[in-house]
Parts: sequence; C-alpha cells; structure tokens
Amino acid sequence: MQPMTAGAAQEIAARDFSRIVETHRPQIFRFLLASLRDVDLAETLTQECFLKAHRNWASFRGDSSAMTWLMRIAINLQKDHWRNRRLQFWRNTRANAVDLDEASEWLPSGERSAEQLMLAREQVARVWKVVGKMSERQRTVFLLRYIEERELSEIARVTGLNEGTVKAHLSRAVGKVRAELRNKP
Amino acid sequence: MSGNDRFAFEDDPEVKRALGNFKASVDAWCESAASAKSAEAAMSRPRAQIAVTHGWRRAAAWALGCAVAASSLTGAVYERHHRQELARIAAARIAAQKAAGTKLAAMQQSANETDQDLLANVDNDISRAVPAAMEPLTQMMDSGQADDNGTE
Repeated sequence: MQPMTAGAAQEIAARDFSRIVETHRPQIFRFLLASLRDVDLAETLTQECFLKAHRNWASFRGDSSAMTWLMRIAINLQKDHWRNRRLQFWRNTRANAVDLDEASEWLPSGERSAEQLMLAREQVARVWKVVGKMSERQRTVFLLRYIEERELSEIARVTGLNEGTVKAHLSRAVGKVRAELRNKP
Repeated sequence: MSGNDRFAFEDDPEVKRALGNFKASVDAWCESAASAKSAEAAMSRPRAQIAVTHGWRRAAAWALGCAVAASSLTGAVYERHHRQELARIAAARIAAQKAAGTKLAAMQQSANETDQDLLANVDNDISRAVPAAMEPLTQMMDSGQADDNGTE
C-alpha cells in the first residue's frame, strides 16, 4: 500500500468537509433561525459557523459527532453576536427580526380545515410567546430539544451543562408552555 | 427522542400537539427562506449576464460613435484644407495672369517708345545730314506741303 501524499490527504479532507456542510447546514440554519427569528442574521451566522469549522477542521478529532461540534460553534457565535451588540436578546426590537405573530404564520395547511389551521396558528403563537420570555440558556435547550429533536445527553454535550440541568431547564420550559396553552383568553 | 428522555408534561396531548405545530412552523419557515434564497440566486444570475451583454453593447456603441465622429471630423478638416488649397491656387493663377498682363503691356509700351525714339533719332540724323546747300529746297518742300494742306 502506497503512503498517502499531503495533497491527497487535503483533497480527502476537503471532500469530507463538503459532505459535512451539505448534511448539517440546514439544521444549523434552522436552529439559528428559530433562535434569532431573523433570516439574514441566521444566514450570516450559519456561514460564519462553517467558516470557523473549516478553519479548525484539521483539529477536529471526532471525539463528538460533527453535528455536536457544529452546534457548539453555532451556539457560541450566537452568544458572541449578542454580547458584542450589547442587546437584550428578545426584548429589543430589531429591524429584520419578525415579530411573534408573523413567526407563527409559517404553518403548512396540510389536511387541516381552516378552523384547525387557525387553532394551530394560535398554539404556535403562544409557544413563540413563551420562548420569547425564556432565558438564553433555557431557550437554547428548548430549541435543541423540540426543533432539532436532540437527546438529553447530546444537548448536555453541546451546551456544556450536565444532563440534570438540561432536564430541569426543559421541565420548566415545557411547564410554561403548558400553562400558556391552558391560560386561554 | 427516546422514550426514557420524555417528561410528564410532554405526554399532555395539547402540549404535544402545540410543540409539533411549533416544529412544523419553524421547518416551513426555514424551507421558505431557503427557497427564497435559491430563487434570489437564480434571478441574480441572468441579471449579471444581461449586465455583461449590455456592457459589451454599450462599449461597441461607444467605439462606433467615436469612429463615426472621428471620420466626420477628419473629412471636414480635409475638405476645408482642400478648398483653401484650391482658393490659394486660383489666387496665385490670377495674380500670375495679372503680372503677365502688366509685364506684356510694359514690354509693348517700351517697345513702342523704342520705335518712336529710333524714328526721331533717324529724323534728326537725316535732317542733320542735309547739306547746307539743300536747305532752301527743304523749306520749299515744307511750304509746298503746307500749301497742299491749305488747298485741300
């Protein structure tokens, strides 16, 4: 067996990275869009996330899955963004961010009747309202669980929290959602 | 999500439905954003091509316009120069004709004067050459001529 040249190794690494981008880009974008409610900002941070990942691709040892690694980068970028801007995450009005009612409009009609669709939209708007009031950490945990459908152990790895803390955040978050849904006008 | 990860609240049908709708909503939003992005990319490509085509056309039009303007200017300058040259030649020809006419007239005048002088000299010479003895005859001829003239 011939030894692999540096050029060939680089080519394989580049091909691997392209595959990673292709597979995980939609999930990273979706998580950032749900966190930021701003399409342009989510797009920018997704690109930054993969740029950063590309720069550090050689140092990625595969101890965690690529998705966990990318998600950790995305969460850090999101934190840095808001820290740098010195903005309070959800409370400040932003030019490009859609409001909570608008965010709930993106619901596929499917087989639902008009009334069912209206009720579903109302439910989604209520969930957005609760998410808007969550702390940054709780929101990240909530979105990773119910949008990205991650296991508790993976959420713990991504956020750097222990599983018990993750579970506590989720329990409280879902409790708030339940209370909001029961608190009908 | 595995079964042992679930919470008591998640089993509430209303919460379950709401969280399902929430995820479906974010997915739909995401797809819409992605398709809008790809449509935008597709729209921007032909626009770039059109811009390139327009750029070539504009450059060609400019080049053609410049060529036409330059040839018109050159033609006008050449025409003016040609006319000036013709006028100069005509003026030179007229001047030459005038000069030639003046010279001819002068030559004729000098020639006439020369002839008259010559005749006058001859007359003088002849008159001087008449001997003194012939003087009375000469006077008679003069008076005879005068008579003839008076009778006529």
